Amino acid sequence: MPEVTFDQLLADDGRVEPRDEMPDAYRRTLIRQIAQHAHSEIIGMQPEGNWISRAPSLRRKAILMAKVQDEAGHGLYLYAAAETLGVDRADLLDQLHTGRQKYSSIFNYPTLSWADVGAIGWLVDGAAIVNQVPLCRCSYGPYARAMVRVCKEESFHQRQGFEILHTLAHGSPAQHAMAQDAVDRYWWPSLMMFGPPDDDSPNSARSMAWGIKRFSNDELRQRFVDMTVPQAEVLGLTLPDPELRWDEERGHYAFGTVDFSELQEVIAGNGPCNRDRMAHRVGAHEDGAWVRDAATAYALKQAARTEGAA
Amino acid sequence: MTQWPLWEVFVRSRRGLSHVHVGSLHAPDAELALRNARDVYTRRQEGVSLWVVPSAEIVASDPGEREAFFDPADDKVYRHPTFYSVPDGVEHL
Ligand SMILES: [Fe+2]
Ligand SMILES: [Fe+2]
Repeated sequence: MPEVTFDQLLADDGRVEPRDEMPDAYRRTLIRQIAQHAHSEIIGMQPEGNWISRAPSLRRKAILMAKVQDEAGHGLYLYAAAETLGVDRADLLDQLHTGRQKYSSIFNYPTLSWADVGAIGWLVDGAAIVNQVPLCRCSYGPYARAMVRVCKEESFHQRQGFEILHTLAHGSPAQHAMAQDAVDRYWWPSLMMFGPPDDDSPNSARSMAWGIKRFSNDELRQRFVDMTVPQAEVLGLTLPDPELRWDEERGHYAFGTVDFSELQEVIAGNGPCNRDRMAHRVGAHEDGAWVRDAATAYALKQAARTEGAA
Repeated sequence: MTQWPLWEVFVRSRRGLSHVHVGSLHAPDAELALRNARDVYTRRQEGVSLWVVPSAEIVASDPGEREAFFDPADDKVYRHPTFYSVPDGVEHL
């Protein structure tokens, strides 16, 4: 039996494992994508973390803490998956902190009201799920396995967001208005989470050929819209798109044009919260240095003591 | 120590099943590796027992040598019950 080559493996829909031979470009693409994904998970803790101390009830607070803690966990699964490709987590964090690697633009929008926590859970986690479910079948084994764990945890995230909005939308007129305002602000940025349109997505074809990507950006965006519109009706909230309507012929919802120049601006660093998010992340890392140092010192001391006793 | 060592995490999901590899994490020592593994990999009662093993301690077969290494099993089909023909009517064999 001849050694299975990378190309054969992909052709048979097999999985690539860490120590297999793989093209350099495949490895680099994966490192960049998994690192960016990991960074998004941990930066994503900030907009919601902003409301933990002001959650409207103990129940909501406990749920939100569990959700934000999950996002930290997702970051860890993904950094671990990236490390199987021969990079260091410390190095990836350094690249985030110095702006050489990106995170999802959606987290550069502010959370102005409690309803935004609902909108993030429902729309942002909802869009993330649509993006992530196909990644469970990604050709790189450790990434796919990490995504299976992530996806299992995400559905609670989306439901708790939906529940927050449902409660507000069926509350007082002021609460309803707050929920509507949050959805109005988060709808279009959520659609941008699927990336540029297919005809302007130069690396998509290669990622598809490599089995990293399974569906195009526009396909996933459409899937998200089709899922979400009926849910908005149950919420009793509208989506801020006058062109949104059911297209009988296509069997899909038709929707307006996404303003991708806004996405480009946010990616370029000019979103409402880019600087805040980075400053907060770097600050947290630096403020935590003494904890890491203490744990290291303790481990070294314990190791020396055991050695001395032996 | 510039970066804490890497540990591989194994979880026994319930009694009667073996520990299964679930991922890895960094920790300065075994005790913290266990605590971190609990927080990272068993937030939803996924396990009743945890192992953490320093990644550097794992000895693995070489994927490049896979063919030669596993080759001894290739031509021994008689190790499988399906190799044998059983006359009609014989049961419980
Ligand atoms: Fe997540
Ligand atoms: Fe999430």
